[in-house]
Amino acid sequence: MKRWYTGTALLLAMAVTATACGAGGRPEGEEKGSTVGITDTTIKIGAHFPLTGVAAPGYSEIPSGHQAYYDYVNANGGVNGRKIEFVVKDDGYNPTNTSQVTNELVLNDEIFAMVGGLGTPTHSAVVDYLNDAKVPDLFVSSGSLQWGDWPKEKPFTFGWQPDYEIEGKIIGDWVAKNMPDAKVGLFLQDDDFGRDGEKGARRYLDSQIVAVAKYTPGNTDVAPQIAQLQAAGVDLVLGFNVPSYTALSQLVSLKIGFKPKWFYSNVGSDPALVGSLLARFSEGAVTDSASLLNGVMSTEYLPGMDAPDDPWMKLWQKVWDEHGADGELTNYRVYGMSQAYTFVQALQAAGQDPTREGIVEAIEKSGASFEGPGIAPFRYTGDSHLGISGMSVVEIQNGIGEDLTPVLVTDLGDTPIKEDDSAAGDAPPSNGIPDVKPAE
Amino acid sequence: MQQLLTTVLTGVTLGVVYAAFALALVLIWRATRIVNFAQAPMAMITTYIALVLIDAGYSYWLGFAAALLSGLVLGAVVERFVVRFVSGKSEINAVILTLGLFIVLHALAAIVFGSRYRSFPAPFGLRGFQIGDTTIALTGFGVFTVVAVAVVMVGLVLLFRGTDLGLRMRASAFNQEVSRLLGVKVGRMLTLGWALAALVGSLSGLLIAGGGLVHPSYMDGVVVYGFVAAVLGGLDSPVGAVVGGLLLGLSLSLVSGYVGSELVPLAALVILMAVLLLKPGGLFASVRERRV
Amino acid sequence: MVRRHLLLALGALVVVVLVLETTSQFRNAQFAAMAYYAIAAAGLTILTGLNGQLSLGHGALMAVGAYSTALMLQSREGTLPLLVILALATVITVVVGALVGVAAARLHGPYLAGATLALAVAIPGIPLYFSEWLGGEQGLNVRMPEIPVWLADAAYFVTGQELTQIRYLAYLGWLGVIVVFVLLANLSRSRVGRNWQAVRDDEVAAELAGINLGRARVQAFVVSAGCAGLAGGLLALSARLAAPSGFTLTLSLLLLSAVVLGGLGSLVGALVGAALLTFLPQVVTGAGTDLGLTDVQAAQLAPLIYGLVTVLVVLLAPAGLAGGLRKLIHWRRSS
Repeated sequence: MKRWYTGTALLLAMAVTATACGAGGRPEGEEKGSTVGITDTTIKIGAHFPLTGVAAPGYSEIPSGHQAYYDYVNANGGVNGRKIEFVVKDDGYNPTNTSQVTNELVLNDEIFAMVGGLGTPTHSAVVDYLNDAKVPDLFVSSGSLQWGDWPKEKPFTFGWQPDYEIEGKIIGDWVAKNMPDAKVGLFLQDDDFGRDGEKGARRYLDSQIVAVAKYTPGNTDVAPQIAQLQAAGVDLVLGFNVPSYTALSQLVSLKIGFKPKWFYSNVGSDPALVGSLLARFSEGAVTDSASLLNGVMSTEYLPGMDAPDDPWMKLWQKVWDEHGADGELTNYRVYGMSQAYTFVQALQAAGQDPTREGIVEAIEKSGASFEGPGIAPFRYTGDSHLGISGMSVVEIQNGIGEDLTPVLVTDLGDTPIKEDDSAAGDAPPSNGIPDVKPAE
Repeated sequence: MQQLLTTVLTGVTLGVVYAAFALALVLIWRATRIVNFAQAPMAMITTYIALVLIDAGYSYWLGFAAALLSGLVLGAVVERFVVRFVSGKSEINAVILTLGLFIVLHALAAIVFGSRYRSFPAPFGLRGFQIGDTTIALTGFGVFTVVAVAVVMVGLVLLFRGTDLGLRMRASAFNQEVSRLLGVKVGRMLTLGWALAALVGSLSGLLIAGGGLVHPSYMDGVVVYGFVAAVLGGLDSPVGAVVGGLLLGLSLSLVSGYVGSELVPLAALVILMAVLLLKPGGLFASVRERRV
Repeated sequence: MVRRHLLLALGALVVVVLVLETTSQFRNAQFAAMAYYAIAAAGLTILTGLNGQLSLGHGALMAVGAYSTALMLQSREGTLPLLVILALATVITVVVGALVGVAAARLHGPYLAGATLALAVAIPGIPLYFSEWLGGEQGLNVRMPEIPVWLADAAYFVTGQELTQIRYLAYLGWLGVIVVFVLLANLSRSRVGRNWQAVRDDEVAAELAGINLGRARVQAFVVSAGCAGLAGGLLALSARLAAPSGFTLTLSLLLLSAVVLGGLGSLVGALVGAALLTFLPQVVTGAGTDLGLTDVQAAQLAPLIYGLVTVLVVLLAPAGLAGGLRKLIHWRRSS
């Protein structure tokens, strides 16, 4: 028993000594912009992605696209003489882990900015923290509205891809104009993706929608949902779902003889991936393998694997061949490289001596004029941190998306949809590295 | 009407697969009193083995046979070199051991086979049969699924009831000491039990993969519902496993179609609790609760 | 005995202060995570180790605590004091735990495991169904209330360091650990605790000795659920979110494996297991990256190593790391 007393006393003594060194008035000082993560020769950024677990298929390829493009930029001298270091942490698509690895990125790895952190529930867990800690939170890999709708509350966070609501609006408007008699059914992922998409689509299509079926990610048996749509007499399905569920919904429809027109949102279409998944089932099931997706409609906002001759795709292919990891170039990797390209632009816009506050300001000032692979301009201003403003409607024929419309551009709420091809013609610079002037 | 039919038929097909998986769990439980969570990733690995062969240009049936065979070997190896060392000791440690194996096999598969989605072929058509104008949600592969599980069921019954080997296996599961005295090589019987169970597990892995997508976690849901089905039926009863699997597959499909897919797991809980509160030993509890 | 536990607690408090004040913010955050794992694991180790009930569903009970905490922190202006919120979250989980416990008390071995497994997968579906109220897949954001000014000032006066949110949370967590551990240590040595053990060891004998089996089981479940609720509340504060994807089956299974890795039935073991859960993935991934693996490979390495450690501990040290260590010390002393 005695030992406990001695031990405790010793510890108490130590504690008193340790604390005696502190105390006193708080130091005062005015801070300029933070340059955490930046040295004269390097700039360190990071992100959380699901590299393991159920969400890993597909999404785990995005960071390899980022990495390949940064390697390419670094091999060509970096940005203002600084090489980009990209630290990726696995969160397994679990928000608890996202918090932990984000702590690690911010406090331990001391990243300058988070770039491309993936997922709505996962990123929700850290968005307030990043803003409180004044860490730029750039180009979140999710189409949720919350990354850009309230820049006053989340001044350091920026979205990147077109949000699900404007996608819903563009799809809804197109269907209402071109297929006014269609009986529309919604096939939705049961989260903000499906919800925002539905909200956008209902703005134009409310009276045409006859059924709504929601699936829970992870539950791969979607026959009950598709049967629900079939029973309601749906002849056009709008799918706000991920690619694997595109494949599953097609397989189930084949099984139950359901033959509506299909319109998948951009996230779920990926003709290269879905086509390769479905090609296997052509034997004995469908006579013509490429035809399974023929006539399926979707939207596009980036040139992808179905357009190998696009100048951007030629650049990505070159980058991937020179600096890519194992495996083929995929649309997920193209997505990562396109985001990385925007980040390099933002870094250039932040000038010779970027700071955390400075890069945010630079994107607000000149982000709307960044020329990149996106076919519609970004919406970045002081009042909106939402990403790409539009997309075009395409129909898939033999695995290739063919434009049905020019680029359609809009914004949240009542903003009308209008044609705007201004950003569609952007070609990559010859050396493949953007050259953005520092924002004034 | 067609919606109901579709929902019921897909539920039954799914239920059959749960039944096969539950059967594998029951076999191991009967042999060694261990709930084998690693059954799911074991089946996942053997399915990937089949996929590698099929992708290399071999026929579906060769891949199918290779998967079943590797399941047999994997089951035997796991029992002989891992599980043997905890058998007869703490029940909870054994469960944790299979959970550890679960994690290891998972991680290995992601490293070796990659964690992207891959499609797995089916040897029969994936279009539903046509009756008049309507297509019913029963495919050639669906029929194959039901038949395959039925064949395995009958085979197991014949093995356990009709053969000397089956008798010895039952004896060693029932009472190791007495069997040993009677000259039964108990260790060998336990290994065989695990091997057979893993074979049945592999079959369920192949059946659920056929005409669908495969990735390292694709069996995770099956292990949950397979286990619930086994408990539902009574862990000691192979018939219970099959009935439990069918019951669960059917009800979950109906809940998913008519109530909401997010409530499917909750429905599983409600069904299980309802049954267990009435019969704490499952639907087909053969023995009265043991109390010593 | 009680006095010894209180003294130990005092010592532990001093250690906690010293460690948290001298380590980085990032380590503080990790210690905060370790604290909630430790509390949940302690509750589970009492239930499973002491009372013999195998629960695969403690993650679901943590979800109850986390969502309760999140709901009470939703209003922007003026919430209850944080300690009160955590206490209420614990109470709510206790009530849920009592319901589950009453049902569970009738079940044995694998049947209980099956029922709790179903519970673990069922609970995350509820917020999806009531998405208006519980935030759906996206979950409920949790904002830590401001640190009370007097506390911040007092902390600054004593330590000379600004009390950050993360450190505050770590203190809160470890305060919870100390309180829970003292209570559980006393409880398990009390008559109630001995009754639980008796029920685990021999039901018939326990019943003959006048112990109400059902009541003992429910009691153990309720205590354990309370721990899970508190841990869930701390987890929500620390993850800044309560969302279904944070409470998948994996969480329940990891908790159970942590308990066994540390040493079933031992509170020290729960602490060891919690440390493994918190630090092992980061250390392994870091080592993997240093060895030149790609990020994806390094990330896959973490579960591989965790699984291997689990298998090896069960095979080589069935009493867990804490038990193995104790054995080793004894062996060195005696030789």
